[in-house]
Amino acid sequence: MTAPSSTPASGPATLPGSADRSGDAPLLDVRGVRKAFGDHVVLDGVDLAVDAHRCVVLIGASGSGKSTLLRTVDLLEEVDDGVILLEGDDITDPRRDADADRARMGMVFQSFNLFPHMRVLDNVTLASRLVHRVPRRAAQERAREMLERVGLADRAGAFPDELSGGQQQRVAIARSLVHSPRLLLLDEVTSALDPELVGEVLDLLGELKAEGMTMVVATHEMGFARHVADEVCFLHAGRVHERGTPEQVLGSPRQPRTQEFLRRITGAGRA
Amino acid sequence: MTRPGWTPSPVQVDRLAYRRRQSVRSTAVAVASTAAVVAVAVLVLTSSPGWPRVRQSFLDPQVALESVPRVLEGLWLNVRIMVVAAVVILVVALALAIARTLRGPVFFPLRAAATAYVDIFRGLPLILVLLLVGFGLPGLRLQGIPTSAVVLGGLALVLTYSAYVAEVFRAGIESVHPSQVAAARSLGLSRGQTMRTVVLPQAVRRVVPPLLNDLVSLQKDSGLISILGAIDAVRAAQISTAQYANFTPYVVAGVLFVLLTIPLTRLTDALARRGGWAGATSGLAGAGELR
Repeated sequence: MTAPSSTPASGPATLPGSADRSGDAPLLDVRGVRKAFGDHVVLDGVDLAVDAHRCVVLIGASGSGKSTLLRTVDLLEEVDDGVILLEGDDITDPRRDADADRARMGMVFQSFNLFPHMRVLDNVTLASRLVHRVPRRAAQERAREMLERVGLADRAGAFPDELSGGQQQRVAIARSLVHSPRLLLLDEVTSALDPELVGEVLDLLGELKAEGMTMVVATHEMGFARHVADEVCFLHAGRVHERGTPEQVLGSPRQPRTQEFLRRITGAGRA
Repeated sequence: MTRPGWTPSPVQVDRLAYRRRQSVRSTAVAVASTAAVVAVAVLVLTSSPGWPRVRQSFLDPQVALESVPRVLEGLWLNVRIMVVAAVVILVVALALAIARTLRGPVFFPLRAAATAYVDIFRGLPLILVLLLVGFGLPGLRLQGIPTSAVVLGGLALVLTYSAYVAEVFRAGIESVHPSQVAAARSLGLSRGQTMRTVVLPQAVRRVVPPLLNDLVSLQKDSGLISILGAIDAVRAAQISTAQYANFTPYVVAGVLFVLLTIPLTRLTDALARRGGWAGATSGLAGAGELR
């Protein structure tokens, strides 16, 4: 997919970082992002860099800002300050086409957010047809491929409420993948699932990671964080409080807050 | 209902017998109480001192029979006005509702106009709108302004009902959860594409029962255009009344209007029930299935 042009006025000048995409510049670079809802400061200067093909897991208590961070990256919330660079482009620049930038990323939500009035296949093809102007036949072919990929090719004609939670979430993942996003944002995608359905979704995410997808994942699934993540970030009070490899952050956290959080979510000992 | 290998336990047999007795009893009670209420109503009516005269001037079978064709002819006009007005109302109201959701400074005039329109026409009594449009517009003597009472009456109905129906649509639009919009926008859909493909289809489905309710209301309010002189069912009844010096044609028109609206109200109830609205279930079920 080609990167959308920025402002028409930018002329021949190349965008910072757009030339050295294969170099060391991170795919996603969040710098000093702040976001408050009224007086409530949710993000208080978050820095986060994600290299291509890496999986970064965000952990932290409810209200620590994980969801808000993902939503600001996907431009579903406007930042109060700071910048977000996607492949070197400052996507927080209000002069850019936000719809085109959103189309470069995929987002999966905690409660699936499938469109209930559309069949599974139409859920998956909607963006292809409207945003990417793919002809119907080609869009459906691609959608069927993606449904095959998530193991739901036989449910293409079903409506979302005829599927189990795990199946719905897999459709949502297929929907977010259909236009080959550069970055996949996953917001507690297993939190609304029954325990026995969590595995099918996490397995799928592990496969995507193995195929090289770049992912930022907010989750409470410490097993997933341990086995799939390249980096774990602990968010606390609107900041990245501690970051490191899963072994380091989950195994031997340095910060007392991190230790306390891990103690709380794993009960007495560490799972 | 017995499955192989299962015979109801004595407790269950007892429960079933009890429920059967109860349902026989409640049917009997319902029949008895209905009969009692009807008997009292009839008694009060027929024993009132003026009853013979009222029956003569409002319920004359001969006059009723003779006035039916004329009133029916008028009713056909009501039906045609209702159908045409309903189509126009749906289009105008949807446009108004969408205009009120538009963002951005360019759309400010549109948004403000839509809001003002709804405020004004929801507050104006329909009969005033009918009089103002029916006698005011032709008074301007502009070229191209229709002078037919039917067209002007229909216009007044459209003006007033669009404001109500726009609010129904807006309520539907606002009832679609923001997470649906977030999902659509996250896929790269623009604001307009999201409205068209994700929000509106869900909003319209949800407001079908209240829309039909407004349609029923429109059906009977179409009778008000008679004040402009259009010969609809009400006007036809009025003419017959004058002719026979008897009020029975009004009753005939009333009965016909009710018969006309019943299918639509039943359809509304059926659709609402399918949508799972507890409030729409029939009164016979009492407080629902639970004890």
